[in-house]
Amino acid sequence: MTGGNPFATALELILERDPVLVGIVGLSLQVSLTAVAIAAVLALPLGAVVALFRFPGRGIVVAGLNALMGLPPVVAGLMVYLLLSRAGPLGSWGLLFTPTAMVIAQTLLVFPIIAALSRQVVEDLWEEYSEQLRSLGASRLRAIPTLLWDARFSLLTGVLAGFGRASAEVGAVLIVGGNIDGVTRVMTTAIALETSRGDLPLALGLGIVLLLLVMLVNSAAHLVSEQAKRRLG
Amino acid sequence: MNDLSHLPTLLPLTLTDVAFRHRGQTLLQGINLAFGASGRTIVLGPNGAGKSLLMRLCHGLLQPSAGTVRWAALRDSGRSIRRRQSMVFQRPVLLRRSAIANVEYALAVQGVGRRERRRHAAEALEYFGLASLAHRMARVLSGGEQQRLALARAWAMRPEILFLDEPTSALDPSATKAVEDAVQAFHDRGTRIVMSTHDLGQARRLADDVVFLCRGRLLERTPAIEFFQQPRTAEATAFLHGELVW
Repeated sequence: MTGGNPFATALELILERDPVLVGIVGLSLQVSLTAVAIAAVLALPLGAVVALFRFPGRGIVVAGLNALMGLPPVVAGLMVYLLLSRAGPLGSWGLLFTPTAMVIAQTLLVFPIIAALSRQVVEDLWEEYSEQLRSLGASRLRAIPTLLWDARFSLLTGVLAGFGRASAEVGAVLIVGGNIDGVTRVMTTAIALETSRGDLPLALGLGIVLLLLVMLVNSAAHLVSEQAKRRLG
Repeated sequence: MNDLSHLPTLLPLTLTDVAFRHRGQTLLQGINLAFGASGRTIVLGPNGAGKSLLMRLCHGLLQPSAGTVRWAALRDSGRSIRRRQSMVFQRPVLLRRSAIANVEYALAVQGVGRRERRRHAAEALEYFGLASLAHRMARVLSGGEQQRLALARAWAMRPEILFLDEPTSALDPSATKAVEDAVQAFHDRGTRIVMSTHDLGQARRLADDVVFLCRGRLLERTPAIEFFQQPRTAEATAFLHGELVW
């Protein structure tokens, strides 16, 4: 897996289906997709609740969610590290330096992005639907699944943004995962490692593979949503 | 839910000294009005007279700043009363799902069982000539078809009173005719009709009586024949002659 040209290296990596690389790519996808799935299940309804209900402190929640979209991955990593480290409150669970810890950290990163976007999208749609849904006799609680479903394609964009953030970040997974070969090494931490080792072609090759993966997932989702938009009007 | 016989009747609807203020402006005031169990009332008046506002207050989408809006079925909660009325808006809001699913959704909110939902929805679409479009996405239907779907949705809900807020102002003549036929069908089934319009020909065709609003006040409530021949107020006379009323 050496050579001067990073593109050749990338091609070689893909064609050879090097088991180490396959393992790294698989773990990257597994960790990031799990984190995005968990975050979406929690954040989509939460965003909708914040959009539809008025309660004391709502402004702070909205501002907080928006601010947390920019939560630095290393800080998220550090917070999870402190929670899970041996001396931490959840230290007895023994999760530090496992893929589960990485999922937790990435969920923390992705959650505010999806929740803030869900809040915005559902609030805009409620603006359009509110009279009609109230006229039909639907309560706000009843309206939440309706609005989430009708906004599904706009929300998909938010979920994708979340996936982009999760698959691209290195700080959080490095701190809580430890970049252990064969256990917690993912694409981004592998790239960081190879760069610091000086194997730039390999690092670049891995980078290209990562780029391709993210583009593949995004364009697939984009295609699906464009087609559905045309069909559903 | 379709057996209304055991329920106390919703009508008459009585408005007493109703006023509505928004941001320091009085948009409606001194409204005293009752809608009995049957008939077709057409709400007329120049733009900004408060026609839409009046219907939204009746329907319960807005709360009056003063006065009361009271249904005969007093003991029911607000939402269960809402479910026994329908409103058709100028621009229908349809959900991003199929035509029939839109009707089924309204019935689901009313608490109708799944199998009955499907049957009632299919019947309503059939009745409004939409059966062939049942599985098309509601949002890609034409404007006229969308408004007919909104009417079919209201039809399936079997309301005791139907509010229509300028339902034909964005439609072509044939779609307008379809809406007028639908209003007639609701009337024949015994649904109380309250409708606003800017189309005086339409008002003549449909009205049993006319509520005339101007600048947020109720100027007259007159049987239709009388209103169109000899309105009681100078403002209504001017309005019928197409003069600016201010």
